[in-house]
Amino acid sequence: MNIDSIHRGIVLDHIQAGRSMEIYQALNLGDLPCSVAIIRNVKSQAMGKKDIIKIDDDIDIDLDVLGYLDPGITVNIIVDGVIAEKKHLALPERLVNVVKCRNPRCITTVETQLDQVFRLVHPEERVYRCAYCDAEQRQRK
Amino acid sequence: MRNLIDIADLSPAEIDDLIRLAGDMRAHPADYRESQRGRILATLFFEPSTRTRLSFESAMLSMGGGVLGFASADSSSTAKGESLQDTIRTVSCYCDLIAMRHPKEGAPIAASLKSEVPIINAGDGGHNHPTQTLTDLMTIHREKGTFSGLTVGLCGDLKFGRTVHSLVTAMSRYPGVRFVMISPQELRLPGYLIQQLAVQGIPYAEVERMEDVLPELDILYMTRVQRERFFNEADYVRLKDTYILTPEKMQLAGPNLRVMHPLPRVNEISPKVDADPRAVYFEQVRNGRYIRMALITRLLEEVQ
Repeated sequence: MNIDSIHRGIVLDHIQAGRSMEIYQALNLGDLPCSVAIIRNVKSQAMGKKDIIKIDDDIDIDLDVLGYLDPGITVNIIVDGVIAEKKHLALPERLVNVVKCRNPRCITTVETQLDQVFRLVHPEERVYRCAYCDAEQRQRK
Repeated sequence: MRNLIDIADLSPAEIDDLIRLAGDMRAHPADYRESQRGRILATLFFEPSTRTRLSFESAMLSMGGGVLGFASADSSSTAKGESLQDTIRTVSCYCDLIAMRHPKEGAPIAASLKSEVPIINAGDGGHNHPTQTLTDLMTIHREKGTFSGLTVGLCGDLKFGRTVHSLVTAMSRYPGVRFVMISPQELRLPGYLIQQLAVQGIPYAEVERMEDVLPELDILYMTRVQRERFFNEADYVRLKDTYILTPEKMQLAGPNLRVMHPLPRVNEISPKVDADPRAVYFEQVRNGRYIRMALITRLLEEVQ
């Protein structure tokens, strides 16, 4: 299967197979005017299967959102048809307006102008804690 | 500027200092009668609480300061739809210090982001209640002379009881402390606190019957099963009478036990226990006034 190579843009590589649509939606890629290709179930030596997203423009990607959803993703910045930069992600220490607190008793449920702030408390378990109410949320692996 | 949101905001040395100052205030109240003259404390109670609000107001008035505020959200601009942060921003122009209670967890943190004066958390939902914990710590220290090596029994609603959560966090910092959690399955201490004890290597036991452990306790901290913490009335009715302390049960305890309760009680401690010299819950109330005087003093010193 051939997908046109891009001249200037971004390739999100090493996405866990089956999670590309989630990434597409979380980054609001559907709102972009440029071409975006989602390639699913690509053969991978390291992962068995993986997904890839190609974006045919040099846009600002929210690396915190991406790192939270899947820290294994590689972000390749393409300039003049070649990889100019490779970014490896990590779980962000602090998340601002990435996830909402699910505790119905949290102040953020009524003070809607507040930033939703979470801090990473257990990196191995991917557990984040709400900066206001201390309710914990676990991001799936 | 310093706030008190969580008991963990204070180091053990700062807690010791507050207890010492509060003890001196209790012994020599006349020496402090004019110490906050010209200062104003705002007590903003978005959720009603007679005891905590009055103890703050009594503390400030005992030092010659003034108080203003409201006792329920209905009598504030919140009823008109004003946000918490706007209310705080407004009130902080009228006072030197704010003590606030709010039904939503984390509200004092949201308030501190906009306040121009120090914020004291006077209770936020089922989350934290650090001045109750200071009161409890002062009472334990006055009764036992130390925090180290004590076996502390916590009884009743350990799941939603914020006073219990803060007390566990605060007492965990002293050497040799051991906890005995006495509660029904449904109202056990939250997992994150149990995990915290396990990580710190602090010994604890979880039991369902009070009678089995009474003889080994130095402190028995009773709590009310609170109707407002339940989403379901049937669960509340089923669990509210699970643990009641009576003179008969007190016979099982040692002479040095001290029974504490954040109050108000409903029926979890029989009034017949009040005359027992080991019951110190009204002593706690008295200490609450002096420890708040000490806290107000230290927080205002920092902004002078």
